[in-house]
Amino acid sequence: MAGESVTMTKLIATRDVYGETLARLGESSQEIVVLDADLSGSTKTNIFAKKFPERFFNMGVSEADMMGTAAGLAAVGKIPFASTFAIFASGRAWEQVRQSIAYPKLNVKIVASHGGITVGEDGASHQAIEDIAIMRAIPNMTVIVPCDGVETRSVIQEIVKYNGPVYVRVARGKFPVVLPEDYKFTMGKGMVVRDGKDATIIAMGLMVSHALEAAAMLEKEGLQIQVINMSTIKPIDRELIVKAAKETGAIVTCEEHSIIGGLGEAVASVVAEECPVPMKRVGIQDKFGQSGLAEELLVHYGLMPKDIEKAVKNVIEKSQSIRVKTLLL
Amino acid sequence: MRFFASLRMTSEGFRVTLRVRFLASLGMTFSCNCFSKIGVINHKKGVGILAKSDVELKPSNTSIDNLKKWAKQLRLDVLMMLNKAKSGHTGGSLSAADIVTALYFYKMRHNPKDPKWADRDRFVLSKGHAAPIQYAALARCGYFSPKELFTLRKLGSILQGHPDMKCTPGIEVCTGSLGQGLSMANGMALALRLDKRPSRVYALLGDGEVEEGQVWEAAMSAAHYKLDNLCAFVDFNGFQIDGAVTDVMNIEPLSEKWKAFGWHVIMIDGHNMGQIIRALDDAETIKSQPTMIIARTVKGKGVSIFEGKYQYHGVPPSDEELKKSFDELGVSADGWPEKVLQ
Repeated sequence: MAGESVTMTKLIATRDVYGETLARLGESSQEIVVLDADLSGSTKTNIFAKKFPERFFNMGVSEADMMGTAAGLAAVGKIPFASTFAIFASGRAWEQVRQSIAYPKLNVKIVASHGGITVGEDGASHQAIEDIAIMRAIPNMTVIVPCDGVETRSVIQEIVKYNGPVYVRVARGKFPVVLPEDYKFTMGKGMVVRDGKDATIIAMGLMVSHALEAAAMLEKEGLQIQVINMSTIKPIDRELIVKAAKETGAIVTCEEHSIIGGLGEAVASVVAEECPVPMKRVGIQDKFGQSGLAEELLVHYGLMPKDIEKAVKNVIEKSQSIRVKTLLL
Repeated sequence: MRFFASLRMTSEGFRVTLRVRFLASLGMTFSCNCFSKIGVINHKKGVGILAKSDVELKPSNTSIDNLKKWAKQLRLDVLMMLNKAKSGHTGGSLSAADIVTALYFYKMRHNPKDPKWADRDRFVLSKGHAAPIQYAALARCGYFSPKELFTLRKLGSILQGHPDMKCTPGIEVCTGSLGQGLSMANGMALALRLDKRPSRVYALLGDGEVEEGQVWEAAMSAAHYKLDNLCAFVDFNGFQIDGAVTDVMNIEPLSEKWKAFGWHVIMIDGHNMGQIIRALDDAETIKSQPTMIIARTVKGKGVSIFEGKYQYHGVPPSDEELKKSFDELGVSADGWPEKVLQ
């Protein structure tokens, strides 16, 4: 069971795995080209750049042009990977991504690093907390947030096999590895990483490891909490969400992202339409980030295991009170 | 008089291009392309569709006179399809007519029978609102039936309000949101160079469009990557939706800007067919630099009621205006549109 690895202390930055995986893929696929907007040292595309300089294009500090250029490369049959910080990939270049890439469904892979508030000291200007919301709003766009280094490697390998635009968010900080080495990512499929019957936590990115910690804490209180790694935010695994709602009767979502438009709302829309159960969204409560250490910010914005634990108890309580009311009727 | 011969290896074999040009100081430019293999468009396509504007069109006849006749045909097509659509952009489609004609009927190597031919030249209409002029060119080249032109902007049409590669044979990318086309053209030029293909990439920008910041990002990167397989135009008709470009947001000095960004710049009269094709030929000889052809044009060029009027930027011709256009262009309106649709 993957959840058992929660006690492991192995920490890996997903951006590092991205850079290494991309450089390896460059050997087998001559069609892969990589673009960056003057952040190749941070996004780790510099590993590819060093190995295949003729297939690497540094576009300078011009994200809009980078996305358009990536579209043009894809229109001639290349598989462009375009990387920069998540705030710029999703924000600065949003309309280029929409018009030049997603509308014609061009085969561009946008791998955005420095997602969320764990960017840390750089502060709000560099912390993307809306990127998932604005990317999932675009038709044709697939949105993925891998939960650890193991999943990142598999995600990058798998998206090359898919012909169409994909947005992948990786992170600056080092995340605990929660998945087994032989894990294989399937686009559009969530994965149960811990079984339970009393409630379900659906999480993405770093929050998967926090969810597992919360579930371990709740187990001590006699609660069996299911944890799902929902790495594909779009298209979301409706079947798994409905199953979780039916079987556990209460859902908490966890995301290092605004609670508006992200994983929480994606899950809530399925739950509301298919099988309404009490829900709680753990995430950034419609506020901007700020400077600070990643760990401090996670505490400040309520994204720690204890915050998840509290939310789970809250939904279980609601769920039970609904059951009682139903019985009384 | 200039002789011009080139030998290019393509994926399908060798192509010999031989051109003899009697240059235009006398206003007589004649140019003839002899292709050994495919990529030649059949200029007979589409002939006879508009009864009174029928012109004698010989395959591979790219004489100035013939190109002018094609430009006139495309202008008529634009006016008719916009009238039918009851919306769309008249002024900027007409100002670009001669440039688009020169590209599709003279310069570009393309094959309407095989729109995805890997070695084709690419054209990006960055000022996507001028889609009607590109649609007219594509139809008259044989990418699809000219009858389709009358479905412009209608639900389910292959001819969307702005160019859409997913819907229309011969359209390379999706444009319409201004400022994005040049970046895409750059990407294509980079990919084609990586693949060592002989293809060239052409882009057409509006003068209002160059107010977009992304254009200058793309200007920088095209020069940085020395994209000499790229040639762009600015259709400098002097007007944008809200009025004169000089009033809304001055873009001058335009040629100095492009030069400063590292481009080879050619200034022409964008309605002088001889100047357009000479600029296109010259651009092909430039090495290590992209070329920008700044074409001075007249908004609404071709029919006096639309000429120089920004009010027709996004307004189609009414029935009466269309009739006046027929008269001015010397075309009988009898039986329109049934005759045309036949």
